[in-house]
Amino acid sequence: MMYAAAAAGVVVTMLLALVRALIGPNIYNRILAVNVFGTLSVMLIAIYGFVDDRPEFLDLAIVYALINFIGTIAVTKYVTFKDMGHGDDGDPAGDI
Amino acid sequence: MAAALDIISWIFIVGGIAFCLIGGYGLIKLKDVYARLHAASLIDTLGVGLILVGLMFQAGLTLVTAKLALILVFIFFTSPTATHALARAAINHDVLPEVDTEDEREMVRSTKTPSEAAK
Amino acid sequence: MTQAIALAAALAGFWVLLSGYWLPLIIILGIASILLCVYIAHRLDVCDHEGHPVHLTVPGLWYFPWLVKEIVVSNITVAKAILFGGVRPQVLRVKASQSDELGQTVYANSITLTPGTVSIDVDNNYITVHAIMDGTADGLRTGEMDQKVCKLMGDPVSESGSAKA
Repeated sequence: MMYAAAAAGVVVTMLLALVRALIGPNIYNRILAVNVFGTLSVMLIAIYGFVDDRPEFLDLAIVYALINFIGTIAVTKYVTFKDMGHGDDGDPAGDI
Repeated sequence: MAAALDIISWIFIVGGIAFCLIGGYGLIKLKDVYARLHAASLIDTLGVGLILVGLMFQAGLTLVTAKLALILVFIFFTSPTATHALARAAINHDVLPEVDTEDEREMVRSTKTPSEAAK
Repeated sequence: MTQAIALAAALAGFWVLLSGYWLPLIIILGIASILLCVYIAHRLDVCDHEGHPVHLTVPGLWYFPWLVKEIVVSNITVAKAILFGGVRPQVLRVKASQSDELGQTVYANSITLTPGTVSIDVDNNYITVHAIMDGTADGLRTGEMDQKVCKLMGDPVSESGSAKA
Protein backbone atom coordinates (compact mmCIF):
# COMPACT_ATOMS: atom_id res chain seq x y z
CA MET A 1 0.00 0.00 0.00
CA MET A 2 2.72 2.43 0.98
CA TYR A 3 4.72 1.34 -2.03
CA ALA A 4 1.74 2.28 -4.19
CA ALA A 5 1.74 5.75 -2.62
CA ALA A 6 5.47 6.12 -3.28
CA ALA A 7 5.02 4.98 -6.88
CA ALA A 8 2.15 7.45 -7.27
CA GLY A 9 4.38 10.30 -6.09
CA VAL A 10 7.08 9.32 -8.58
CA VAL A 11 4.51 9.06 -11.39
CA VAL A 12 3.11 12.51 -10.62
CA THR A 13 6.64 13.96 -10.78
CA MET A 14 7.19 12.12 -14.07
CA LEU A 15 4.01 13.74 -15.42
CA LEU A 16 5.30 17.18 -14.39
CA ALA A 17 8.57 16.47 -16.20
CA LEU A 18 6.56 15.31 -19.22
CA VAL A 19 4.60 18.58 -19.22
CA ARG A 20 7.90 20.47 -19.25
CA ALA A 21 9.14 18.29 -22.11
CA LEU A 22 6.00 19.03 -24.11
CA ILE A 23 5.84 22.81 -23.60
CA GLY A 24 9.55 23.31 -24.21
CA PRO A 25 10.27 26.12 -25.07
CA ASN A 26 13.64 25.00 -26.49
CA ILE A 27 15.56 21.77 -26.94
CA TYR A 28 17.51 22.20 -23.68
CA ASN A 29 14.37 22.24 -21.56
CA ARG A 30 13.31 19.06 -23.28
CA ILE A 31 16.64 17.30 -22.73
CA LEU A 32 16.51 18.34 -19.07
CA ALA A 33 12.96 17.06 -18.68
CA VAL A 34 13.80 13.76 -20.37
CA ASN A 35 16.83 13.38 -18.11
CA VAL A 36 14.64 13.86 -15.03
CA PHE A 37 12.07 11.48 -16.51
CA GLY A 38 14.77 8.84 -16.95
CA THR A 39 16.04 9.25 -13.39
CA LEU A 40 12.50 8.88 -12.06
CA SER A 41 11.84 5.81 -14.19
CA VAL A 42 14.86 4.22 -12.47
CA MET A 43 13.11 4.97 -9.18
CA LEU A 44 9.81 3.58 -10.45
CA ILE A 45 11.43 0.31 -11.53
CA ALA A 46 13.21 -0.03 -8.17
CA ILE A 47 9.95 0.57 -6.25
CA TYR A 48 8.09 -1.86 -8.51
CA GLY A 49 10.67 -4.52 -7.69
CA PHE A 50 9.73 -4.09 -4.02
CA VAL A 51 5.98 -4.09 -4.75
CA ASP A 52 6.20 -7.42 -6.56
CA ASP A 53 8.96 -8.73 -4.26
CA ARG A 54 11.17 -9.44 -7.27
CA PRO A 55 14.66 -8.03 -6.57
CA GLU A 56 15.85 -8.81 -10.10
CA PHE A 57 14.10 -5.62 -11.20
CA LEU A 58 16.99 -3.74 -9.58
CA ASP A 59 19.31 -5.03 -12.32
CA LEU A 60 16.99 -3.37 -14.82
CA ALA A 61 17.13 -0.20 -12.74
CA ILE A 62 20.95 -0.21 -12.88
CA VAL A 63 20.87 -0.62 -16.66
CA TYR A 64 18.33 2.20 -16.99
CA ALA A 65 20.55 4.47 -14.91
CA LEU A 66 23.52 3.72 -17.19
CA ILE A 67 21.52 4.24 -20.39
CA ASN A 68 19.95 7.43 -19.07
CA PHE A 69 23.33 9.05 -18.49
CA ILE A 70 24.86 7.95 -21.79
CA GLY A 71 21.72 8.96 -23.67
CA THR A 72 21.73 12.45 -22.17
CA ILE A 73 25.39 12.96 -23.02
CA ALA A 74 24.88 11.64 -26.55
CA VAL A 75 21.85 13.85 -27.28
CA THR A 76 23.64 16.87 -25.81
CA LYS A 77 26.65 16.23 -28.01
CA TYR A 78 24.41 15.75 -31.02
CA VAL A 79 22.53 19.03 -30.63
CA THR A 80 25.80 20.88 -29.99
CA PHE A 81 27.69 19.59 -33.02
CA LYS A 82 24.87 18.23 -35.24
CA ASP A 83 27.14 15.20 -35.50
CA MET A 84 28.15 12.35 -33.23
CA GLY A 85 31.69 11.95 -34.54
CA HIS A 86 32.80 15.53 -34.22
CA GLY A 87 36.09 16.56 -32.66
CA ASP A 88 37.54 20.00 -32.10
CA ASP A 89 40.40 21.14 -34.26
CA GLY A 90 43.47 19.31 -33.03
CA ASP A 91 41.48 17.66 -30.27
CA PRO A 92 40.03 14.37 -31.46
CA ALA A 93 38.14 13.91 -28.20
CA GLY A 94 35.99 16.97 -28.90
CA ASP A 95 34.24 19.13 -26.36
CA ILE A 96 30.74 18.99 -25.02
CA MET B 1 12.58 -3.45 16.00
CA ALA B 2 11.14 -4.32 12.61
CA ALA B 3 8.34 -1.83 13.13
CA ALA B 4 10.84 0.91 14.01
CA LEU B 5 12.86 0.17 10.87
CA ASP B 6 9.62 0.28 8.88
CA ILE B 7 8.73 3.70 10.26
CA ILE B 8 12.25 5.10 9.62
CA SER B 9 12.14 3.73 6.09
CA TRP B 10 8.78 5.33 5.36
CA ILE B 11 9.93 8.66 6.75
CA PHE B 12 12.85 8.57 4.29
CA ILE B 13 10.65 7.53 1.35
CA VAL B 14 8.02 10.18 2.05
CA GLY B 15 10.77 12.79 2.33
CA GLY B 16 12.21 11.69 -1.00
CA ILE B 17 8.81 11.85 -2.66
CA ALA B 18 8.31 15.35 -1.22
CA PHE B 19 11.61 16.54 -2.70
CA CYS B 20 10.72 14.91 -6.05
CA LEU B 21 7.37 16.71 -6.12
CA ILE B 22 8.96 20.05 -5.18
CA GLY B 23 11.54 19.54 -7.92
CA GLY B 24 8.84 18.70 -10.43
CA TYR B 25 6.89 21.80 -9.39
CA GLY B 26 10.09 23.81 -9.83
CA LEU B 27 10.54 22.38 -13.32
CA ILE B 28 7.18 23.91 -14.25
CA LYS B 29 7.43 27.11 -12.26
CA LEU B 30 10.96 28.42 -12.74
CA LYS B 31 11.68 30.90 -15.51
CA ASP B 32 14.56 29.64 -17.68
CA VAL B 33 16.49 26.48 -18.39
CA TYR B 34 19.37 27.37 -16.06
CA ALA B 35 17.04 27.85 -13.11
CA ARG B 36 15.32 24.57 -13.96
CA LEU B 37 18.68 22.79 -13.76
CA HIS B 38 18.57 23.49 -10.02
CA ALA B 39 15.11 21.93 -9.72
CA ALA B 40 16.38 18.88 -11.59
CA SER B 41 19.37 18.60 -9.26
CA LEU B 42 16.91 18.67 -6.34
CA ILE B 43 15.37 15.49 -7.76
CA ASP B 44 18.75 13.95 -8.62
CA THR B 45 20.25 14.37 -5.15
CA LEU B 46 17.85 14.23 -2.22
CA GLY B 47 14.76 13.05 -4.09
CA VAL B 48 16.44 9.95 -5.44
CA GLY B 49 18.78 9.64 -2.45
CA LEU B 50 16.11 9.55 0.24
CA ILE B 51 13.89 7.12 -1.69
CA LEU B 52 16.82 4.73 -2.19
CA VAL B 53 17.89 4.97 1.47
CA GLY B 54 14.31 4.24 2.48
CA LEU B 55 14.22 1.19 0.24
CA MET B 56 17.55 0.09 1.74
CA PHE B 57 15.96 0.07 5.19
CA GLN B 58 13.18 -2.11 3.78
CA ALA B 59 15.65 -4.58 2.27
CA GLY B 60 17.93 -4.99 5.26
CA LEU B 61 21.51 -6.24 4.94
CA THR B 62 21.24 -8.16 1.68
CA LEU B 63 22.52 -8.04 -1.88
CA VAL B 64 19.52 -5.83 -2.67
CA THR B 65 20.90 -3.08 -0.43
CA ALA B 66 24.25 -3.26 -2.21
CA LYS B 67 22.50 -2.89 -5.57
CA LEU B 68 20.50 0.09 -4.31
CA ALA B 69 23.74 1.66 -3.04
CA LEU B 70 25.27 1.10 -6.47
CA ILE B 71 22.37 2.93 -8.16
CA LEU B 72 22.71 5.75 -5.62
CA VAL B 73 26.47 6.16 -6.16
CA PHE B 74 26.01 5.98 -9.91
CA ILE B 75 23.34 8.68 -10.03
CA PHE B 76 25.40 10.87 -7.67
CA PHE B 77 28.46 10.68 -9.93
CA THR B 78 26.70 11.07 -13.28
CA SER B 79 24.10 13.74 -12.62
CA PRO B 80 26.58 16.66 -12.27
CA THR B 81 28.27 15.61 -15.51
CA ALA B 82 24.99 15.55 -17.40
CA THR B 83 23.95 18.90 -15.88
CA HIS B 84 27.26 20.52 -16.81
CA ALA B 85 27.13 19.14 -20.36
CA LEU B 86 23.62 20.51 -20.78
CA ALA B 87 24.66 23.95 -19.50
CA ARG B 88 27.65 23.98 -21.89
CA ALA B 89 25.42 23.05 -24.83
CA ALA B 90 22.94 25.81 -23.98
CA ILE B 91 25.70 28.43 -23.70
CA ASN B 92 27.23 27.37 -27.00
CA HIS B 93 23.86 28.02 -28.66
CA ASP B 94 23.61 31.52 -27.16
CA VAL B 95 20.89 30.62 -24.69
CA LEU B 96 21.79 32.96 -21.86
CA PRO B 97 20.44 32.89 -18.30
CA GLU B 98 17.98 35.54 -17.14
CA VAL B 99 20.10 37.52 -14.73
CA ASP B 100 19.90 41.06 -13.40
CA THR B 101 22.98 42.74 -14.82
CA GLU B 102 24.62 42.88 -18.21
CA ASP B 103 27.94 42.09 -16.51
CA GLU B 104 26.78 38.66 -15.51
CA ARG B 105 25.40 37.98 -18.98
CA GLU B 106 28.75 38.96 -20.49
CA MET B 107 30.50 36.68 -18.00
CA VAL B 108 28.48 33.76 -19.34
CA ARG B 109 28.91 34.78 -22.98
CA SER B 110 32.69 34.89 -22.59
CA THR B 111 32.76 31.19 -21.68
CA LYS B 112 31.50 30.08 -25.09
CA THR B 113 33.61 27.35 -26.67
CA PRO B 114 35.45 28.93 -29.60
CA SER B 115 34.48 26.40 -32.24
CA GLU B 116 33.02 26.83 -35.71
CA ALA B 117 30.69 23.86 -35.48
CA ALA B 118 29.24 24.84 -32.13
CA LYS B 119 27.24 27.90 -33.08
CA MET C 1 49.79 -0.52 -10.73
CA THR C 2 47.73 0.43 -7.68
CA GLN C 3 45.11 1.81 -10.02
CA ALA C 4 45.00 -1.43 -12.01
CA ILE C 5 44.46 -3.46 -8.84
CA ALA C 6 41.76 -1.03 -7.71
CA LEU C 7 40.03 -1.31 -11.08
CA ALA C 8 40.18 -5.12 -10.92
CA ALA C 9 38.77 -5.11 -7.39
CA ALA C 10 35.94 -2.76 -8.39
CA LEU C 11 35.09 -4.89 -11.42
CA ALA C 12 35.15 -8.06 -9.30
CA GLY C 13 32.76 -6.46 -6.82
CA PHE C 14 30.48 -5.37 -9.65
CA TRP C 15 30.49 -8.88 -11.13
CA VAL C 16 29.63 -10.56 -7.82
CA LEU C 17 26.93 -7.96 -7.18
CA LEU C 18 25.21 -8.49 -10.52
CA SER C 19 25.58 -12.26 -10.79
CA GLY C 20 25.27 -13.55 -7.23
CA TYR C 21 26.26 -17.05 -8.36
CA TRP C 22 29.30 -18.96 -7.06
CA LEU C 23 29.59 -21.71 -9.69
CA PRO C 24 33.18 -22.40 -10.83
CA LEU C 25 32.39 -21.75 -14.49
CA ILE C 26 30.78 -18.37 -13.76
CA ILE C 27 33.67 -17.33 -11.51
CA ILE C 28 36.26 -18.30 -14.16
CA LEU C 29 34.32 -16.37 -16.81
CA GLY C 30 34.23 -13.40 -14.46
CA ILE C 31 37.97 -13.48 -13.82
CA ALA C 32 38.61 -13.73 -17.55
CA SER C 33 36.42 -10.69 -18.30
CA ILE C 34 38.05 -8.70 -15.49
CA LEU C 35 41.53 -9.43 -16.83
CA LEU C 36 40.43 -8.48 -20.34
CA CYS C 37 38.90 -5.21 -19.10
CA VAL C 38 41.98 -4.28 -17.08
CA TYR C 39 44.21 -5.07 -20.06
CA ILE C 40 42.10 -2.88 -22.37
CA ALA C 41 42.05 -0.07 -19.79
CA HIS C 42 45.83 -0.34 -19.51
CA ARG C 43 46.21 -0.18 -23.29
CA LEU C 44 43.84 2.80 -23.45
CA ASP C 45 45.95 4.51 -20.79
CA VAL C 46 42.85 5.46 -18.78
CA CYS C 47 44.11 3.61 -15.71
CA ASP C 48 45.93 6.55 -14.11
CA HIS C 49 45.54 8.71 -11.00
CA GLU C 50 42.76 10.73 -12.67
CA GLY C 51 40.67 7.79 -13.80
CA HIS C 52 41.02 5.91 -10.52
CA PRO C 53 41.91 8.32 -7.74
CA VAL C 54 42.54 5.64 -5.12
CA HIS C 55 44.85 8.00 -3.22
CA LEU C 56 41.74 10.02 -2.30
CA THR C 57 40.04 7.15 -0.49
CA VAL C 58 41.13 8.03 3.05
CA PRO C 59 40.73 11.84 2.77
CA GLY C 60 37.42 11.18 1.00
CA LEU C 61 36.10 9.57 4.17
CA TRP C 62 36.17 13.06 5.71
CA TYR C 63 35.07 14.96 2.62
CA PHE C 64 32.01 12.96 1.54
CA PRO C 65 30.06 13.19 4.81
CA TRP C 66 30.65 16.95 4.76
CA LEU C 67 29.49 17.11 1.13
CA VAL C 68 26.34 15.12 1.94
CA LYS C 69 25.59 17.52 4.79
CA GLU C 70 26.03 20.48 2.41
CA ILE C 71 23.74 18.80 -0.13
CA VAL C 72 21.01 18.26 2.47
CA VAL C 73 21.22 21.85 3.73
CA SER C 74 21.11 23.44 0.30
CA ASN C 75 18.36 21.05 -0.82
CA ILE C 76 16.16 22.41 1.95
CA THR C 77 17.14 26.00 1.09
CA VAL C 78 16.32 25.57 -2.60
CA ALA C 79 13.09 23.69 -1.86
CA LYS C 80 11.95 26.60 0.34
CA ALA C 81 12.88 29.08 -2.39
CA ILE C 82 10.89 27.17 -5.01
CA LEU C 83 7.83 26.87 -2.79
CA PHE C 84 7.76 30.28 -1.10
CA GLY C 85 9.71 32.54 -3.46
CA GLY C 86 13.12 34.10 -3.10
CA VAL C 87 14.50 32.91 -6.43
CA ARG C 88 17.03 35.37 -7.84
CA PRO C 89 19.24 33.82 -10.55
CA GLN C 90 22.76 35.17 -10.69
CA VAL C 91 26.14 34.38 -12.17
CA LEU C 92 29.40 34.62 -10.26
CA ARG C 93 32.99 33.51 -10.62
CA VAL C 94 34.82 31.73 -7.83
CA LYS C 95 38.48 30.87 -7.59
CA ALA C 96 39.51 27.23 -7.73
CA SER C 97 42.83 27.20 -5.88
CA GLN C 98 43.55 23.50 -6.45
CA SER C 99 46.88 22.84 -8.11
CA ASP C 100 45.84 20.24 -10.67
CA GLU C 101 42.94 19.49 -12.98
CA LEU C 102 41.70 16.57 -10.90
CA GLY C 103 41.18 18.85 -7.91
CA GLN C 104 39.38 21.44 -10.01
CA THR C 105 37.16 18.72 -11.45
CA VAL C 106 36.28 17.51 -7.97
CA TYR C 107 35.49 21.10 -6.94
CA ALA C 108 33.37 21.83 -10.02
CA ASN C 109 31.48 18.56 -9.64
CA SER C 110 30.85 19.27 -5.97
CA ILE C 111 29.47 22.69 -6.91
CA THR C 112 27.13 21.15 -9.48
CA LEU C 113 26.07 18.32 -7.19
CA THR C 114 25.02 20.82 -4.53
CA PRO C 115 21.56 22.08 -5.54
CA GLY C 116 21.30 25.81 -6.04
CA THR C 117 24.66 26.13 -7.77
CA VAL C 118 25.71 24.82 -11.19
CA SER C 119 29.23 25.24 -12.53
CA ILE C 120 28.95 26.24 -16.17
CA ASP C 121 32.60 26.74 -17.05
CA VAL C 122 36.07 26.02 -15.68
CA ASP C 123 38.89 28.13 -17.03
CA ASN C 124 42.21 29.47 -15.74
CA ASN C 125 41.61 28.49 -12.11
CA TYR C 126 38.23 30.23 -12.08
CA ILE C 127 34.87 28.52 -12.12
CA THR C 128 31.85 30.34 -13.52
CA VAL C 129 28.82 29.43 -11.44
CA HIS C 130 25.10 29.93 -11.99
CA ALA C 131 23.35 30.24 -8.65
CA ILE C 132 19.60 30.32 -8.18
CA MET C 133 19.40 32.50 -5.08
CA ASP C 134 21.43 34.71 -2.78
CA GLY C 135 21.79 32.11 -0.03
CA THR C 136 23.48 29.42 -2.10
CA ALA C 137 25.68 31.96 -3.90
CA ASP C 138 26.92 33.46 -0.64
CA GLY C 139 27.78 30.01 0.66
CA LEU C 140 30.12 29.61 -2.29
CA ARG C 141 31.65 33.11 -1.98
CA THR C 142 33.03 32.30 1.46
CA GLY C 143 35.25 29.69 -0.19
CA GLU C 144 34.65 27.02 2.44
CA MET C 145 34.09 24.30 -0.16
CA ASP C 146 37.23 25.41 -2.04
CA GLN C 147 39.32 24.95 1.10
CA LYS C 148 37.72 21.59 1.86
CA VAL C 149 38.58 20.34 -1.63
CA CYS C 150 42.14 21.68 -1.23
CA LYS C 151 42.41 19.71 1.98
CA LEU C 152 41.03 16.62 0.23
CA MET C 153 43.61 16.92 -2.55
CA GLY C 154 46.45 17.65 -0.15
CA ASP C 155 47.06 21.14 -1.54
CA PRO C 156 48.08 24.04 0.70
CA VAL C 157 45.00 25.91 1.92
CA SER C 158 45.08 29.63 1.18
CA GLU C 159 44.43 31.80 4.24
CA SER C 160 42.63 34.58 2.44
CA GLY C 161 39.90 32.21 1.32
CA SER C 162 38.69 32.57 -2.20
CA ALA C 163 37.05 35.90 -2.80
CA LYS C 164 35.23 36.33 -6.08
CA ALA C 165 37.11 37.63 -9.08
